Amino acid sequence: MSAETAQNARGSGGASLFSDQRFRSLFFQALVIGLLGAFLVFIVFNTAHNIEKRGIQTGFAFLDTAAGYDIAISPFMEYTATHTHGRVFLVGLLNTLMVSFLGIIAATFLGVFLGVLRLSPNWLVSRVVYWYVEFTRNVPLLLQILLWYAIFLGLPAVKQSISLFNDTVILNKRGLIVPEPLPGDGFMLVPIALAIAVVASIFFARWARKTQAATGKIYPVFMTNTALIIGLPLLAFAVTGFPLDFAYAELKGFNFKGGVVIKPEFTALWFALSLYTAAFISETVRAGIQSVSHGQTEASEALGLRPSWTMRLIVLPQALRVIIPPMTSQYLNLTKNSSLAVAIGYPDIVQSFGGVTLNQTGQAIEVIFITMLVYLTISLLISAFMNWYNNRVSLVER
Amino acid sequence: MSVTEQQHAPGEHPDLPPPLGEAGVIAWFKKRLFSSVGNTILTLITAFFLYHVLSAIIFWAVTGATFTGETKADCDLGGACWLVIGDRFHQFMYGFYPIDQYWRPNLTFILMVVAIMPVLFDNIPHRGKFLLFSAVFPFIAFYLLSGGWGLETVDTDQWGGLLLTLVLGVTGIVASLPIGIVLALGRRSNMPIVRTLCVCFIEFIRGVPLITILFMASNMLPLFLPDGVNFDKLLRALIGVALFSSAYMAEVIRGGLQAIPKGQYEGADAMGLSYWQSMRLIILPQALRIVIPGIVNTFIGLYKDTTLVSIIGLFDLIGIGLVAVADVKWRGLAPETYAFIALLFFISCFAMSRYSLWLENKLHTGHKR
Repeated sequence: MSAETAQNARGSGGASLFSDQRFRSLFFQALVIGLLGAFLVFIVFNTAHNIEKRGIQTGFAFLDTAAGYDIAISPFMEYTATHTHGRVFLVGLLNTLMVSFLGIIAATFLGVFLGVLRLSPNWLVSRVVYWYVEFTRNVPLLLQILLWYAIFLGLPAVKQSISLFNDTVILNKRGLIVPEPLPGDGFMLVPIALAIAVVASIFFARWARKTQAATGKIYPVFMTNTALIIGLPLLAFAVTGFPLDFAYAELKGFNFKGGVVIKPEFTALWFALSLYTAAFISETVRAGIQSVSHGQTEASEALGLRPSWTMRLIVLPQALRVIIPPMTSQYLNLTKNSSLAVAIGYPDIVQSFGGVTLNQTGQAIEVIFITMLVYLTISLLISAFMNWYNNRVSLVER
Repeated sequence: MSVTEQQHAPGEHPDLPPPLGEAGVIAWFKKRLFSSVGNTILTLITAFFLYHVLSAIIFWAVTGATFTGETKADCDLGGACWLVIGDRFHQFMYGFYPIDQYWRPNLTFILMVVAIMPVLFDNIPHRGKFLLFSAVFPFIAFYLLSGGWGLETVDTDQWGGLLLTLVLGVTGIVASLPIGIVLALGRRSNMPIVRTLCVCFIEFIRGVPLITILFMASNMLPLFLPDGVNFDKLLRALIGVALFSSAYMAEVIRGGLQAIPKGQYEGADAMGLSYWQSMRLIILPQALRIVIPGIVNTFIGLYKDTTLVSIIGLFDLIGIGLVAVADVKWRGLAPETYAFIALLFFISCFAMSRYSLWLENKLHTGHKR
């Protein structure tokens, strides 16, 4: 920087060593390192002393010992109290990822929907959305999670369960019970067909784009691909003779047996996270769409493009450039906010591993270190992905 | 066709009112609500939906709600049972603060308003003197609330409710501003080690959830301290909150530093100012001014995030709410309790975001689109 050169010039006069920019910079950095080092030594010394005094174990051996407590929600892997703390870590991690992933999807759809509605020329609609967004944004997320949880726990008890869709779906205070799908012989053909359809539609889209560039002929890519992706798996499903059964829930004794139970802890957390983040995303989307100048829309209309094409080809590509960076931080916020699960007992990584395991083993340093590392990794991965996507849509200037 | 006789000289014709239906209320309704068939349907659906939601809410919160009575049995109108709020109102405001000492939080609150006004609005007479008071206010507040020197001592574990929420929020912002400035300057420093340290700190804090930092503050901090030194729960939470918000504050301030044109830095150098002089006199006054709305927004986030301390066992508004919900006498009144707390937060956060908007418009005097 220019400051450096200016002061270097003065420093080379050599009045004192301290007026030399380079020396001063070295000196300060050495000082910072020295202070930091001393601080670290102080902390390490105290910690070692405290750990010894309190008889806390160290190291990561606790990951292999039996956890001894149950986890209510573990949809992806088997878990019982005899499994290890290491297994608890995995179950918690998967639960965190599950609620974050589903939350991001729901929040994106709802947020974009609300953001577009907020821009509606209809005064009533835009006002309603405005007040909804203001209410959701200005109330702490923790409170919203607790409120949704209270609402779900306020549902009728098992005996007075609400039956939906001809007794197939059951709703009570213990959760939402949906039929469990039981795939029969040959069902594997359906996902295979889906994969083939996706690959085929990608190739078709590429081919259509190339053809359009070369000859100007336009093919209905969207319609064809939708038909392909929905139709081919359905065809496979029909050919194999509909090999899918459902296990319905039945009231046996005091509780329902069979079916998949979606626990109120999950639903409350998912609802609250999605609704809260959607409010923020809607503001981002609104700002992004508004940032595209009106001249662009008018020019597009002057060219004779249909309104839907104007949106898809002119407005959205430019709006996305403005939308994506703040959207990334909303996704990151949602993932980090999913740690509030601890307030209602949804067994995510903070509640199960960072909470119960920490209290059982007392190994605060190791447990919190691992938990933080997980979030740091997730944050880095999400921002790396979004940066990649952002680079794809960002303006390529000369 | 005959040419009509002109009654007015050219340019002298008085302005006629617009035709009916092109201006005024009718036109407004036509244009904003019923401009097309689709729009009309949308309006009607929204109005129908709004009517049902609003009437349900009004029934629950006002017309069907119970405001007077002693026990839960008095709540038989079908709506909300606000008795739990009245019964525990003092706890919601002061936590477990001794009742005969309520004047101290009250006085602190009034002083806080006096201290905040000159910071928020720059057209107050004698602003300089008031600002001086704002600078010493944290010390006065600490003395008033915790006692000693002639006042009865009140332990921090007796603080709670709105009082604790405000203490956490105000301390968080007061502590995070200077730390945030230092971190932002460090991140833009040309000393590689200082820069790396600041980047690592900021990115680390921003990459993990606040709750893990609070867990760290409440579980790990005691291990870091030498024998005989013990931080109480509130101080530990405050350290966690301050560290957390300072990283976010640093990023907001860095935005302001980057927005200052390079000419300002070079101009300061050309004047022969030292680094700290140029920062203090030239750069920071401009940079901070730009980012005031961002700082207010960070503060809104921080204020909402202080509710997380209820998870590590402090009795802020939500902590008190959880106590009220767990009370056998008021079993099942969680919606009422949470709605009351939500209203308190909504009023304060909405006011702050309005202030931030107002400020943005005021500062944005340059090019308006």
